[in-house]
Amino acid sequence: MTRLLAAIAFAVIGVVQQPQADSILEARTAEVAAQLRCPVCQGLSIQDSPSELSQQMRAVVKDQLREGKSPDEVKAYFISKYGEWILLEPKAKGFNVLVYALPIVLVLGGLGVIAVAVRKWTRAPDSPA
Amino acid sequence: MNWKRATIAAACVVPLIILFGYGLTRDPKDIPSPLPGHEASPFALAVFAPGQPPLNRAPGDTVRLAELKGQVVVLNFWASWCLSCRDEHQILSETAKTYAGKPVHFVGVLYNDEPANGTQWIEQMGGQSYPSVNDPGARTAINYGLYGVPETYFLDVNGRIAYKATGPVNERLIRHVVDSLMAAGAK
Repeated sequence: MTRLLAAIAFAVIGVVQQPQADSILEARTAEVAAQLRCPVCQGLSIQDSPSELSQQMRAVVKDQLREGKSPDEVKAYFISKYGEWILLEPKAKGFNVLVYALPIVLVLGGLGVIAVAVRKWTRAPDSPA
Repeated sequence: MNWKRATIAAACVVPLIILFGYGLTRDPKDIPSPLPGHEASPFALAVFAPGQPPLNRAPGDTVRLAELKGQVVVLNFWASWCLSCRDEHQILSETAKTYAGKPVHFVGVLYNDEPANGTQWIEQMGGQSYPSVNDPGARTAINYGLYGVPETYFLDVNGRIAYKATGPVNERLIRHVVDSLMAAGAK
């Protein structure tokens, strides 16, 4: 009787845990897939793209995560096949630093120009000699 | 003229013009592959279109990359829905025939398509001299960093990817790459 109850309890726990494990895997797949570029689209991730290749790539992501690979290892696999281009957000190193630095430099430059202009406009007119 | 202002304006605008100009010189579709020089991913794919003697393989046979070591391998990804694949089909088929008996192996890989459609397409195109295999789930295509079809990969005798051609190939390119790889392999 005890064994039967234990077996039922394990079965119930198994039924409850399986969907949880599936939803965690789905969430991890979506997180990694959102960082990978769809090769046949314009600026879409494989998570957002409905293309067949993106769906197949998502399946590869899911399989590799299920096998125990970390998200970084899965991304490294895709980088080894497609190059860093496959990352929607390029790594901030080398020439890529420009992508991150240029907007900041331009915003700071713009603020500087505005500050100089405002100072000029608000300066009291020189008193006549 | 206020030279100071002109210099500041030029310092701001000229680098941007150079950056945009550089962007215009590049083809956005031309994305360099990291694969040439690296070992080709192994595959074992089932033949659905046998090809013609003497290059034929029986339908259902498994083509394994591991078995092709010591040969130059030309791996052509194609699909029946691919218009550009029509442009290169005859060239690939005829060129493959001229390498019969030599250490060169041509394989067609069907990409995101049904084997029945592929078989029908080959018949419509007047046949194909070498066999074609099916790639379920595009696993091999993804392993080879495929963007679309047609794409052709040239593997050297050591199983490394030597060259990747995006878009339809021509006879001159095939012969140049295959002959170079055969010559390098014979050394």
